[in-house]
Amino acid sequence: MAKPAKQVVSALLNANHAEIQQQWLQRLKADGVLQSGRIREGELQTQCAEFLGRLRAALNSGLTDIDSPEFAGVRELLAEISAARATQGFSPRETALFVFSLKQPLFDALQQHGGGDATAMQEATWSIGLLLDRLGLYTTEAYQKTRESLIVRQQQEIAELSTPVIKLWDGILALPLIGTLDSARTQVVMENLLETIVQLNAEMAIIDITGVPTVDTLTAQHLLKTVAAARLMGADCIISGIRPQIAQTMVHLGVELSVVSKATLADAFALALARQGRTVTRRRTEPAAGA
Amino acid sequence: MDRIPILKIGDVLLVTIQVDMHDQLAAALEEDLTGRIVAAGARGVLIDISALEIVDSFIGRMLDNIAAVSRILDAATVVVGMRPAVAITLVELGLSLTGVKTALDVDRGLAMIARSRAAQADDVSD
Repeated sequence: MAKPAKQVVSALLNANHAEIQQQWLQRLKADGVLQSGRIREGELQTQCAEFLGRLRAALNSGLTDIDSPEFAGVRELLAEISAARATQGFSPRETALFVFSLKQPLFDALQQHGGGDATAMQEATWSIGLLLDRLGLYTTEAYQKTRESLIVRQQQEIAELSTPVIKLWDGILALPLIGTLDSARTQVVMENLLETIVQLNAEMAIIDITGVPTVDTLTAQHLLKTVAAARLMGADCIISGIRPQIAQTMVHLGVELSVVSKATLADAFALALARQGRTVTRRRTEPAAGA
Repeated sequence: MDRIPILKIGDVLLVTIQVDMHDQLAAALEEDLTGRIVAAGARGVLIDISALEIVDSFIGRMLDNIAAVSRILDAATVVVGMRPAVAITLVELGLSLTGVKTALDVDRGLAMIARSRAAQADDVSD
């Protein structure tokens, strides 16, 4: 009676692990993992040795289900490697290849040492294939998770960065908007602006949209909401920095901003000062003494 | 029944809302206020809502109504001290209160009423 396929695989790994590791490394190098210069040979070697060691330990327990507690060590290592590669800038293909390239060395070893029983060979082949596919999928998933968390963090950072409220003068605020205005951002922008109006007791707010790439009906609605909320608190808003193309698009779309708007932030600031009863004048140059 | 006190300062009426408004209270205020405007011959109404934390569409409409009624009675209404959260809620409810004048605080509200009266006086003298 032939040994069950799982035991064949684990026996195979135990008997030939040095050879398999060697071939695996060669295969990884042939695939050009080292060429990008993102990982050193020594590091790759350590990762391979560590992974094979943990895989052997897990397989020796007699299980091939990678979700079982025996495989916790393997999963942990894979997650670690994937996360590292995701931040090092490897592509998903290159990351998954780390596991998939182990297939060939294992099949080779099986062919050489697996004996002549065709059914047992087939079973062992199937078993190896299944195991490595699962591990490969797990790697890709871990890689994806790391990338996603990276994206979420960047989004948060951008949101924090891009909504400053600036005090231009006593009672005059400026809100330079940069980037596309969606509902979530408008909410943050609106809250920031209103809080600052209360804090600084400001009666004028200039919303500068020079950095907003496109204005569609939705964006215009968001802007109007912000203006309406500021007005309810007793502050007047001026919109500035509408670029010529955007002005055209808005007119073509039938978007109407029923707010005072100025071409540039400078114009808007001048208007705000004028409304406060201030004027800006050039100081008369005094004749130089003794000339 | 609870009533919201209406203070008279010169020819301006000052209403400070310091409790959460419920519908009956709002309706009573509207009635009291219109009565006082006529009785006192007020030229302006200041509604201070800086202590108001919760609004709904009914309160929003009430503010709008008071403003409309007092305009008919020739008194300018200024709502002052609205909190950011209240402003956002009203806008989200679709109540921009376009008929109501607003100011940041009571000081500025009084100045605003004085200005609008001066402008009216100018119109008459012209």
